[in-house]
Amino acid sequence: MTRQDPPPPTLGCRDTPVIKERGQHEVFCGLTGIIWLHRKMQDAFFLVVGSRTCAHLLQSAAGVMIFAEPRFGTAILEETDLAGLADAQVELEREVERLLSRRPDIRQLFLVGSCPSEVIKLDLSKAAQRLSAKHAPHVRVLNYSGSGIETTFTEGEDACLAAMVEALPHTNARQLIVVGALPDVVEDQALGLLDALGIENVRVLPARRRDDTLAVGPNTVFALTQPFLGGTAAALERRGARHIPATFPFGEEGTTAWLRAVSKEFGVEAQLFDAVTDAPRDRARRAVAQAAETLRDKSVFFFPDSQLEIPLARFLTRECGMTALEVGAPYIHKGLVGPDLDLLPEGPRLAEGQDVDKQLDRCMAGRPDLTVCGLGLANPLEAEGFATKWAIELVFSPVHFYEQAGDLAGLFSRPLRRRELLRLEAAE
Amino acid sequence: MKLSVWTYEGPPHVGALRVATAMTGLHYVLHAPQGDTYADLLFTMIERRNHRPPVTYTTFQARDLGSDTANLFKTACQAAYDRYQPQAMIVGASCTAELIQDDPGGMAETMGLPIPVIALDLPSYQRRENFGADETFFQIVRTLTKPMERSENVTANLIGPTALGFRHRDDIAEVTALLGHLGIDVNVVAPYGASPADVARLGAAHFNVLMYPETGESACRWLERELGQPYTRVVPIGVGATRDFVREVADLAGVAPKLDEGRLRLPWYSASVDSTYLTGKRVFIFGDGTHVATAARIARDEMGFEVVGMGCYNREQARMIRALARDYGVPALISDDHLEVEEKIEELSPELILGTQMERHIGKRLGIPCAVISAPVHVQDFPARYSPQMGIEGANVIFDTWVHPLVMGLEEHLLHMFRDDFEFNDGAGASHHGGHGAAAPAEPRVEAETSGTDGPIWCADAERELQKVPFFVRGKARRNTESFAATQGLHRIEVDTLYEAKAHYAR
Repeated sequence: MTRQDPPPPTLGCRDTPVIKERGQHEVFCGLTGIIWLHRKMQDAFFLVVGSRTCAHLLQSAAGVMIFAEPRFGTAILEETDLAGLADAQVELEREVERLLSRRPDIRQLFLVGSCPSEVIKLDLSKAAQRLSAKHAPHVRVLNYSGSGIETTFTEGEDACLAAMVEALPHTNARQLIVVGALPDVVEDQALGLLDALGIENVRVLPARRRDDTLAVGPNTVFALTQPFLGGTAAALERRGARHIPATFPFGEEGTTAWLRAVSKEFGVEAQLFDAVTDAPRDRARRAVAQAAETLRDKSVFFFPDSQLEIPLARFLTRECGMTALEVGAPYIHKGLVGPDLDLLPEGPRLAEGQDVDKQLDRCMAGRPDLTVCGLGLANPLEAEGFATKWAIELVFSPVHFYEQAGDLAGLFSRPLRRRELLRLEAAE
Repeated sequence: MKLSVWTYEGPPHVGALRVATAMTGLHYVLHAPQGDTYADLLFTMIERRNHRPPVTYTTFQARDLGSDTANLFKTACQAAYDRYQPQAMIVGASCTAELIQDDPGGMAETMGLPIPVIALDLPSYQRRENFGADETFFQIVRTLTKPMERSENVTANLIGPTALGFRHRDDIAEVTALLGHLGIDVNVVAPYGASPADVARLGAAHFNVLMYPETGESACRWLERELGQPYTRVVPIGVGATRDFVREVADLAGVAPKLDEGRLRLPWYSASVDSTYLTGKRVFIFGDGTHVATAARIARDEMGFEVVGMGCYNREQARMIRALARDYGVPALISDDHLEVEEKIEELSPELILGTQMERHIGKRLGIPCAVISAPVHVQDFPARYSPQMGIEGANVIFDTWVHPLVMGLEEHLLHMFRDDFEFNDGAGASHHGGHGAAAPAEPRVEAETSGTDGPIWCADAERELQKVPFFVRGKARRNTESFAATQGLHRIEVDTLYEAKAHYAR
């Protein structure tokens, strides 16, 4: 079979000047990551220390109460907490006691900082230390900030994982850590591939359950599955671990390059690599080809959302034949998305940060065939005649690695196919 | 500090957003950190609005805090004015901005914008969404509405409907028709669909119809005091309430009461023999005060249910609900803690819950049917079809909505007779719901004597006999038997006790 990838673009986008804007950011805050993190870590509870707004965000972003008994909650700050009439630390400890006594299955508790808790400088690390000492070894208490003043959407997961890294014990063992919260089925596929490649001692962060055997040290290498994990990568590097740079495992090309980078690190023979990847690569290409029929030669415009925008633009342009008009991301970490930028054909505008009104003007002017945007913008754009893909689905669906490549392309082709299917124009 | 998993109401600035989004020609500049823009999706996704809410968020970040968030606010304010050219603006702070004390109102005032700029002071750490909506609309009215000559013909304003309201869109149409039949025109509907210019001419109406006290009462009181416009007290949800409302409106307008009941079907549907199975069904009612109060009257007087408990989450209506509960001889639960509501429902084990989105989930967990009567609601409660709660059609809609989750009459009998049928049994839920009806939760097999925390002991035979009772009445049977045992001073419940109780409570 042929394994000829299209040649990389002559220039790529690594040196494309980036539009940096400061205006209204139409994005979620980092608390939103709790929606998938609390499902991923089955013995963890996420306690947001925040306001009624935080609680309201979590239930609204979660599609309003899809989970009967979620493993997250909000300790809502009240007037007395702010006025210093109540000792917030004491209050927090009381709420945690109550929570832990009701939910003895909890082994990891995350105290999650919010905008109000950051502004009043409530010291959650102190609280976490004290509570950890009190409830060890049964419960480990960590803290991180998911506040909107410090984190944008997926950066909440980054902050959470970085906090977990800080708490890891030391090891000198040679090992690979695969970093990023993936759906269990996808994680199993990835581990299966790495195992077939003969790579031993592979660990994942975060694990499905608290894993006291996970450690980190100078002989640890790590590969990221998500482009928004800059803080976690830095935390791992501080602990002596080394990053394996690669494109992100979206689509056939991205997955292959990701696996190849890891294989190179572990000296996997080319023959074995081909034997392991040939069949799934072929499947992924066939699956993507179906959706690509709809997507080919269409244009796409990305509003900033999850930091997945650059790797996804690479996938859509390289593997699905689309043209990117603008790729907006809340934050562009060239150290992580550099390999994806190299493959992204020159042409699109790159934008970091946001002034949503100006960006909407550019979107209207460009008239893209498909706009990838947040939930607040999707219906208004549809009403203006634009086909849209809600970006949040991209972090809520299994989209990584070979077997999901077709599904990933399908997420983008479905809105276009739907518009072709509907016959709703008024009669003349 | 209070632990909360789900909340009935958002913060007060979400109430302000509901007012702003309902209106036209108004813009809201909200000093808020990045992330608070999530609120847009309440309107664009849950309510399926096809426009962005008219809100500019300053979305400040940590790096702005040290430097100049105040300047950020001014820039956002000016940019919003330049771009949207609104007739008026409201400005305020979300919970985090309240802490940094930039005073959006004061800053906006110094900018000298050529339109009315209304400052909102919504205490985020004390009050909630309904207060926010009520206060915001009140401030808009107080600023914009001026005394003026009454219209020549008799007109009324419809006050209170907002964006994201439970069936507000259709209630407006229904109430407009009720008034039309009396020869009364609608002067202005507000905030829903009104512009600041419309709010300015509220004074032309002869009186106000207060559709939703939760969001419009402060404005109505002010209009009564300052402009001498009386307002209605009856909320026309249900047959009796609609008739009372028509009489009240006719009085205010000085016309003869007139109501077209040609399309009214609830009374006949309720009287028809199929509905005898509704008799005495035990219902628990929870939601906002207004919808709970109207639902209680419908449940008792128009459906023939037995109201076994009621409550509301908005403290502003606590007094009214407590008084009403006393009239009904049931306990009132005033709480915004859904776990407390769940506990109460479990304790009362009603056969039907009339509640909110939250109670729908509680019902699902407990295997109790639930119909939604009040906000907060989710996307399925913004139906494409005309589906009001108020007026004649509202009563029809309510009959259908409340009956739908229940197991229907003859099916109920069949379940009593053959409850162990492998494909038609009470574990499967109501048959017209496919796989999605409220099904009985799995119960452990009876092994030994069981007892509640401090109730009488059920001997194993009696417990087994109880399991033969279909799930939708099992809770009632258990409760009745236990209270019967208590009145008889019995500590053990035998099979005979179960049937003694059954005979005792026979009706």
